Amino acid sequence: MPKLTIDGKEIEVEAGTNLIEAARRLGIDIPHYCYHPGLSIAGQCRLCMVDIEKTPRPTIACNTAAADGMVVHTQTDRVKDTRRSIMEFHLINHPLDCPVCDQAGECFLQIYYMQHGLYDPRMVDEKVHKPKAVPLGPHVILDAERCILCSRCVRFCDEITGTGELGIFSRGDHSEIGLFPGQDLENNYSANVVDICPVGALTDRDFRFQVRVWYLDTTPSICPGCARGCNIDVHVNRTRPHHAGGRRVARLKPRFNAAVNAWWICDLGRYGFDRVDDPERIRFARHEGVDVLRDEALGLLVAALRDHAPEEIGIIASPDLSNEDLFALRRLAEHRGIRQVAYGVPPATPAADDDFLLRADRHPNTRGAEAIGIEADAAPILARARAGGLKVLWVIQHDLTACGWLAGDVAEALGRVGTVVFTGTNDNGMSTLSPLVLPLAAWVERDGTFTNFLGRVQRLRAAVEPLGDALAPWDLFGRILYMLGGPAPLGRAELWFRELAKTVPAFASLTYQSIGSEGAMLAGAPPTTAPEPPGRRVKTPA
Amino acid sequence: MAEIVLMRNFDRPDSHTLTAYRNASGYTAWTKAQTMEPAVLVDEVKKSNLRGLGGAGFPTGMKWSFIPKAHTGPVYLVVNADEGEPGTFKDRYLLEHDPHALIEGMLITARAIRSTLGFVYIRGEYVQPWRRFSAAVKEAYDAGLLGQGFEVVIHRGAGAYICGEETGLLSSLEGKKGWPKIKPPFPAIKGAFGQPTIVNNVETLCCVPPIIQHGAAWFAGLGTKTQGGTRMYSMSGRVKKPGVYEASVSITLRQLIEKAGGVSGTGRLKGVVPGGGSAAILTADEIDVTMDVDGLKNAGTMVGSAGVIVMDESVSIPEALFVLARFYAHESCGQCTPCRESTGWIEKMVHRILEGHGRKDDLDTILDVAKRGGGTTICAFYDGAIGPYISYIEKFRSEFEALCRA
Repeated sequence: MPKLTIDGKEIEVEAGTNLIEAARRLGIDIPHYCYHPGLSIAGQCRLCMVDIEKTPRPTIACNTAAADGMVVHTQTDRVKDTRRSIMEFHLINHPLDCPVCDQAGECFLQIYYMQHGLYDPRMVDEKVHKPKAVPLGPHVILDAERCILCSRCVRFCDEITGTGELGIFSRGDHSEIGLFPGQDLENNYSANVVDICPVGALTDRDFRFQVRVWYLDTTPSICPGCARGCNIDVHVNRTRPHHAGGRRVARLKPRFNAAVNAWWICDLGRYGFDRVDDPERIRFARHEGVDVLRDEALGLLVAALRDHAPEEIGIIASPDLSNEDLFALRRLAEHRGIRQVAYGVPPATPAADDDFLLRADRHPNTRGAEAIGIEADAAPILARARAGGLKVLWVIQHDLTACGWLAGDVAEALGRVGTVVFTGTNDNGMSTLSPLVLPLAAWVERDGTFTNFLGRVQRLRAAVEPLGDALAPWDLFGRILYMLGGPAPLGRAELWFRELAKTVPAFASLTYQSIGSEGAMLAGAPPTTAPEPPGRRVKTPA
Repeated sequence: MAEIVLMRNFDRPDSHTLTAYRNASGYTAWTKAQTMEPAVLVDEVKKSNLRGLGGAGFPTGMKWSFIPKAHTGPVYLVVNADEGEPGTFKDRYLLEHDPHALIEGMLITARAIRSTLGFVYIRGEYVQPWRRFSAAVKEAYDAGLLGQGFEVVIHRGAGAYICGEETGLLSSLEGKKGWPKIKPPFPAIKGAFGQPTIVNNVETLCCVPPIIQHGAAWFAGLGTKTQGGTRMYSMSGRVKKPGVYEASVSITLRQLIEKAGGVSGTGRLKGVVPGGGSAAILTADEIDVTMDVDGLKNAGTMVGSAGVIVMDESVSIPEALFVLARFYAHESCGQCTPCRESTGWIEKMVHRILEGHGRKDDLDTILDVAKRGGGTTICAFYDGAIGPYISYIEKFRSEFEALCRA
């Protein structure tokens, strides 16, 4: 393995590591635009120049592999001067419209100008004009004047999705990013180009003009959109809700995890948070169509669970619930001796895995439900209800009126059950026809863990407060358990996780600390890596 | 009478035909080369001091020797016939008047580098050269010269100057946008379609048959210590008899202008571009330099493609620079930031000066921008562009200042 010196510090790196990555490990940031660790090397922006001893002039770091004995300087006068020049070239035709640009505050033209530019502008001639506010697809909009032609988006569509919608057209300073004729940027990963765009050229049609990025708070979490469990950051607007019409979640951004999703997430997951701030959220408990106090509703539910024989009670809980939630539910069922508890309800329209990250199973925690020992198939519960064997049916987050079961079967079952209880985040067919409804906190409002389809246990974290009287499922279940004569409720999701780890061997070695920000595997599950993208394969960096 | 090597057949009737070429003992070098080992051929060309005549002047034999010895897959020979350097029109004469010389050069080179497939990338605007060369290739196939272990594919460009840059040409050949490729890897290691590739200029390859036929020592003796042979000079601008002239690489620029009939127009020389648009300009008292690669390098300019553009005293240097500045802004491929942005910027500044809105500090800005961008890009396009930017202004500054207001 080559050992080299960067700014006087020695480091040993794997053969083939480029100088940007080698320096990064030493905490040295080499400015760059076109280089992205998930894409091929383009070497176009020319900003990542460093001085290498025994070479006549500054060299780009991105295309230089670390070599044994190499001595690299990133802060010589010559390097600083070159960076200043390159920054000037990047900015002469830039519209400098930061006050109306959504990228402002997270724009690498701003950041690098302050760090490496700070020259006096000399450009007095007319700038080159290019198309502005061009929709490229359902999610992405282009301002070609702001574009610095780093080609990251083009390489993304070639190398990651393999869909090739984008190209660079024309020459010289009239070059511009654009769609090939007849194409739209509408693959299911399209909005990743917004994330990798280092400037304000590609912006998110959903996010733009909503809120300034410096008003956003960031909470690391897990996408609940499918069984992959892509790592994300939830950006919430707490301080300026009036800027976005009261919308609390401003956007989701992928969070790098080499073991799960690398740098990417799909558009389905990225824009799947709209239900969180939806007017259809259930905020308060309801009985017979009238809002009631939460304690009153809890009392009614507890009475239903207490006053019927366990074999007359069925519980269908969605694997949208976390490990903590499902384990609390298991404890509750065990306490009452309820055997008919299952999570699996077929989806209304069966999906298939896509060729990259998205899984057919659109629930984030099916593997967790299975590991915790919840029954997979809920069909026997439905059958028993239809046969008149159930007095109480408690449905948690599933919508039986819009699933793969025959509508007639579901209607028949619900009609024959005495008490139907629905607990969920949003109104749907179930909440309409259930006499008793209790609100649940949405996934951005609660702590917990999901277990992805490969057995990786990952943390989701509360980014905002629950709406109205909504409780996290583990909290709700804990309170019911207590009211049924069980142990005192646990006050935090983590305490339920400890109980889970004590009880279920697959979780035995895990704690919130060991799960950390990258997740940890269930006992016996082999370690994972992010899948290879379907596009033209590129060498993934060491 | 100086030796005529490359243009030896131009005056023969129907010189572009196989019959005429054969009558002038064409393809005898190929016959001889077939008895020589590839390594011997490479060595012979090395000893001849042949240097690339497309522009960079890199030693040809050395370039050939960069093909990895252990490589077992295909090796490609690519002929750069995308002659686009301003003031250069020599390759078109070779393609039109002696296409078989190129085919013979390709056959010998292919043997030397163990290539079985050659691509000829012809400038799109070169219609007649393309017709002549295509006809010659057909004749060569019919005669069994081609198709016996070496195939030739002709590809026409679409009019971009950058596709004459060797890796831009390869990108274009591969069906991509003609963007130069980032180096390393160099084409000899990973070139066209990812395989080891040698890219040579038309004129360079036309030198190969005479070298094999008459020997490296003879060829080396035609030139200077560091560069062998003769080459074709494209003489244009204010000369009385513009056209292509062949002479030794050791001829001086003054002699060459005399050869083309001397300065026309006012008859008084102001400046000369010795090596195509990208070469720095020489003033009237700088023309006693030899036209070999090193001679002009020492004079602070370059021989490039040997396109000599002569300017008499009536020529406006700022206007001449604007022509080139507009050319470079138009032809920059747009890949690297410094070149993409500053070619356009400099064009605007020069234009503004010509329009009477220049400021004296614009000149320093142009010089500073040009010098800062130099050496920072993937290919040599911008390093070529700054040759004229800097030299025209530094050597003729008063002409620019006279146009500036403040």
